[in-house]
Amino acid sequence: MSDKESEQSGHHPRPLSAAALRAKAIESLLVEKGLLASDAIDRVVEIYEKDVGPLNGAKVVARAWCDPGYKRRLLEDGTAAVAELGFGGLQGAHLVVVENTPKVHNVVCCTLCSCYPWPVLGLPPTWYKSLPYRSRIVREPRAVLREFGLELPESVEIRVWDSSAEIRYMVLPERPAATADMSEAELASLVTRDSMIGVGRL
Amino acid sequence: MNSVHDIGGMDGFGPIQREADEPVFHEPWESRVFGMFITRAGLPPAAGFDAARHRLERLDPIKYLSSSYYERWLAGLESALIGTGTLSRDEIEARMAQFAADPELPMPRREDPAQAERLVNVFSAGRAESQRQIRQKARFALGDKIVTRNLNPHGHTRLPRYTRGKPGVIVAHHGAHVFPDTNAHGLGENPQHLYTVRIAMRELWGGDAEPNESVLIDLWESYLEKDKAAGKSRVQKAMPAAKKAVAKSSARAAKMPARAASSKRSLAKPLPSVTVTSPLAQKSGRGTGSAPASRGGGAKSKGGRATSGRGSTGRGRISGKPMRRSR
Repeated sequence: MSDKESEQSGHHPRPLSAAALRAKAIESLLVEKGLLASDAIDRVVEIYEKDVGPLNGAKVVARAWCDPGYKRRLLEDGTAAVAELGFGGLQGAHLVVVENTPKVHNVVCCTLCSCYPWPVLGLPPTWYKSLPYRSRIVREPRAVLREFGLELPESVEIRVWDSSAEIRYMVLPERPAATADMSEAELASLVTRDSMIGVGRL
Repeated sequence: MNSVHDIGGMDGFGPIQREADEPVFHEPWESRVFGMFITRAGLPPAAGFDAARHRLERLDPIKYLSSSYYERWLAGLESALIGTGTLSRDEIEARMAQFAADPELPMPRREDPAQAERLVNVFSAGRAESQRQIRQKARFALGDKIVTRNLNPHGHTRLPRYTRGKPGVIVAHHGAHVFPDTNAHGLGENPQHLYTVRIAMRELWGGDAEPNESVLIDLWESYLEKDKAAGKSRVQKAMPAAKKAVAKSSARAAKMPARAASSKRSLAKPLPSVTVTSPLAQKSGRGTGSAPASRGGGAKSKGGRATSGRGSTGRGRISGKPMRRSR
């Protein structure tokens, strides 16, 4: 928390940025007016710093790779299938999972703001929210994916999902080769956040 | 509104900057703004994020483009608090000056464990449903060819500029969802049928598009109209125009045939089929069965709300119904 950190940082705290000052001013005023519960903000922040992140999505992906029945349910009703593993909540009321195959590559974006499937991937990385990604991914996805180190031949169809409504999209990446003898937990450790956004492959 | 937030397809923003092992929040203040913003601290509860999104769209364009993501959230939060009369600009500025003068001034705290507990439940388990049951039947079916309307409202909309006036195909139906264009302005939810529309990249960017790509975007029914030109070949329509252009300009004549030929090739080539399963569409139009939302099972209606009970099995279902051809 900002107040604690500045208290602990000794006699010469770093001057606060304009944004930090403004945020601090607003929070302190809301507390004084009895309109903000400090512990509520602490707890909500903690959820996204500690509990909810791409590891959730990785578990979903690994389960889908190991269990064909689960995979079928996941592709049919993403929201219900991730709830089976205990995942849900804000920005995940309507989750659709799209599958990458050798012929079709899916990639997710939100050009108008930065919609993202929080319950399975956590909060989005800065590049996902950045103007370059939002502007370019719907115009030149192959060029963008190349910047991520992913070179896809023209024979692979690319589908760019622009999340404009409350439907949130997650990509089910292809299972890597030579992983037949791996456990579900081992498989989950292979799954990257980028592969579930669709800017990477495994 | 046609503001700078609507940047799909714009050039000039440069390469994508990535950061290895990025933290969830880069500065402590970002986490506090995030927490205040999503809990709507000091603000009346709102249905969904529509109004909040619109606040960010209405930021000064220069500020929007030059701000970081959480700086935008901070500005949106501040404008909402000032707009509702919760805080005044003067008291915020005065308090900022106090903190600037004495950075060690402690942040006051107010504990409310009950509220904290309630919010944790909302964020980790709650479902801010935007789906609603409506009586009106869906106007479009899977595989229908549509054209997106050329709408330019000054208010909130989720029809990005780059997708306006474009031909596409309905590939999923998600039931009816709250309409952001009115909801953001406090003008009611006015739920409408929501569809995923697939638009071929070359319809968006013409001959400059990369090959074998499409954009899939969720659009509300009133954004769409039937494609009256569908069925007729767009190649045939496009060719005379191209030939005319060649005849008109002898200077460009050398280039045009090649361009027309490549355009013909790409237009004539059908995109592979898309099969999208929409559980949301399955849920709509079903009865109040209590079976778990699994394959073919009716899902529970939201919040105990009675469904229309039409029971039109499979309305809007996509599974097992791949599209044959889409542009």
